[in-house]
Amino acid sequence: MTEFALTLLRLAFLGALWLFIIITVIALRRDLMQPREARPAASRASSRPAKPPKAPKAPKPAKPPKASKHAKSGPSLVVTEGPLAQTVIPLGTAQVTLGRAPDSTLVIDDDYASSRHARLYPSDDGWIVEDLGSTNGTWIDRTRITSPTVLPPGVPLRIGRTTLQLQR
Amino acid sequence: MSANTATEAAPRQRTRRNLELVLLILAWGLGVLGTQQVAWSTGEGLHSRFWITAAVVGVLALVAHIIVRWRVPYSDPFLLPIATLLTILGLVMIYRLDVAAAQRAERNDNPIPTPDVYNQLTWYAVAVLLFVLVLLVLRDHRVLQRYTYTAGLVGVILLLLPLAPVIGATVNGATLWVRVGGFTFQPAEAAKILLTIFFAGYLVVTRDSLALVRTKVLGVPLPRARDLGPILIVWALSLGVLVFERDLGTSLLFFGLFVAMLYIATQRWSWLVLGFVLFAVGAVFAYLMFGHVRTRVQIWLDPFAYADTGGYQIVQSLYGFANGGLFGTGLGRGYPELVPFANTDFILAGLGEELGLTGAIGILLLYAVLIERGLRTAVAVRDPFGQLLAAGLSITLALQVFVIVGGITRLIPLTGLTTPFLSYGGSSLVANWVIIAILLVISNRARRPAPTPPSPDSTATQVVRR
Repeated sequence: MTEFALTLLRLAFLGALWLFIIITVIALRRDLMQPREARPAASRASSRPAKPPKAPKAPKPAKPPKASKHAKSGPSLVVTEGPLAQTVIPLGTAQVTLGRAPDSTLVIDDDYASSRHARLYPSDDGWIVEDLGSTNGTWIDRTRITSPTVLPPGVPLRIGRTTLQLQR
Repeated sequence: MSANTATEAAPRQRTRRNLELVLLILAWGLGVLGTQQVAWSTGEGLHSRFWITAAVVGVLALVAHIIVRWRVPYSDPFLLPIATLLTILGLVMIYRLDVAAAQRAERNDNPIPTPDVYNQLTWYAVAVLLFVLVLLVLRDHRVLQRYTYTAGLVGVILLLLPLAPVIGATVNGATLWVRVGGFTFQPAEAAKILLTIFFAGYLVVTRDSLALVRTKVLGVPLPRARDLGPILIVWALSLGVLVFERDLGTSLLFFGLFVAMLYIATQRWSWLVLGFVLFAVGAVFAYLMFGHVRTRVQIWLDPFAYADTGGYQIVQSLYGFANGGLFGTGLGRGYPELVPFANTDFILAGLGEELGLTGAIGILLLYAVLIERGLRTAVAVRDPFGQLLAAGLSITLALQVFVIVGGITRLIPLTGLTTPFLSYGGSSLVANWVIIAILLVISNRARRPAPTPPSPDSTATQVVRR
């Protein structure tokens, strides 16, 4: 083995090591660039329980979400009050489930919500809210709904301590 | 996944298992290349057993990959290749040090010491076996939550086991080992996983009261005295490890882990402040009380003053890094064997010398990506226990890398800990592979495509299924 060959080999090893890293980082970047949902923020936020009277810092005043920001992605469901405030769920064509069950679209970590509390599904008249037999009820504005009801945009939908709104 | 809308439709569910396979093959190739380089530059020539060894490593990596494809198809594709690459780099370096030891023995007409690399290879096989076992047995990480207190109890017992009269063993001043028959084991490595499970399970239940109830002292919101209990117990326990087992690294690891997990669980920075204050108190106490801690600090402050005695190791390690320079001396062309314990605590010093700054940064990046993937799993998974467990396991790795790499590069006082995956030593290798297996199980759940949305009338079946 000549000195030259050994030097080449040495650089080849470093090159291969960095090739591994570069492939990883490129793949990672693509992974991160994937459109992400509100999930991480939502699940993190849910880990800090907000009892309004006791933890003065936790419940941030629900800022009205900027509608213009989400205008391009079509209608979305925005959490305006509660531990998950500011969470935005873009609405497509699939139904949205709300509740404490971990496989709900929006996991509401709240003692006043049921596991499968309510669902939202699209119809010709707009988005319909249906209560799935929850204990404490699903409220549109001030009325507790008893049958599938159309949710007009901008009207507060209340589940436990969480308030949501449909945004165009 | 939540918010499973049009943007995140079916074709998005790429599992990227093929990428994992490509990276694994690359890692294996790096191992072959590195070993050949060592063999040529040291003038040893390739060992007759070389290709068999390489084949064994390849088969082990492949088995792990196939089991991952089968059991956790949606898991993170980066964890396995990176862990494999680090293990292989460790094997190459251990082989390189074996060659150095053999050559020195030959020069001095001593009998050639038994090579360590085959031991390490055996441990790698055991590690992959356990890795596979975890993937086969553990379908859902939430099962572990049931064993919160069992894990805690067993963890503490394991931690204290080296103090037991017959089986405990003291090696190089630290009472860390358990010897049964001719077989030694570091129970602290297993304890670190069990205690992470315990911390996660415990904090999931108690974090509400830990986060909410507090009194203010001097403007700093402090938890109630009775909520302080657990942190004080863990603090006392880690101090106990320090006092009786004389192991700085493990003690630091456990305390750091608990404080970090408390912070993640409660999202209250006051726990960090409290943890830091307790750490400072403990550190000062240890400095005043224990000669060996004081020596460590003095060596850290001025290693060259003790270059012939206590500072020899760190000084040699620094010379090694300096000798390596930007691109290293090349595998097999440096003098990593001059550092005592070059294949355990100081393995990165050897790699830093022979691969240079470029290689050392590469290795640190590998750790960074590994830990990032772990923490990302914690963010992505939806049950709080899984979040805390994934975060805790990643933090264990992170702390360990920080403590040992900081130690050998003289950023912080040197404390003995193994470098995850790289170091020679079975307990550590096996434990870290189990950590990777658990992280894969968690990330499989986190990245799985959303189950078909349940229709309201199937509620009952849904509940049963879970």
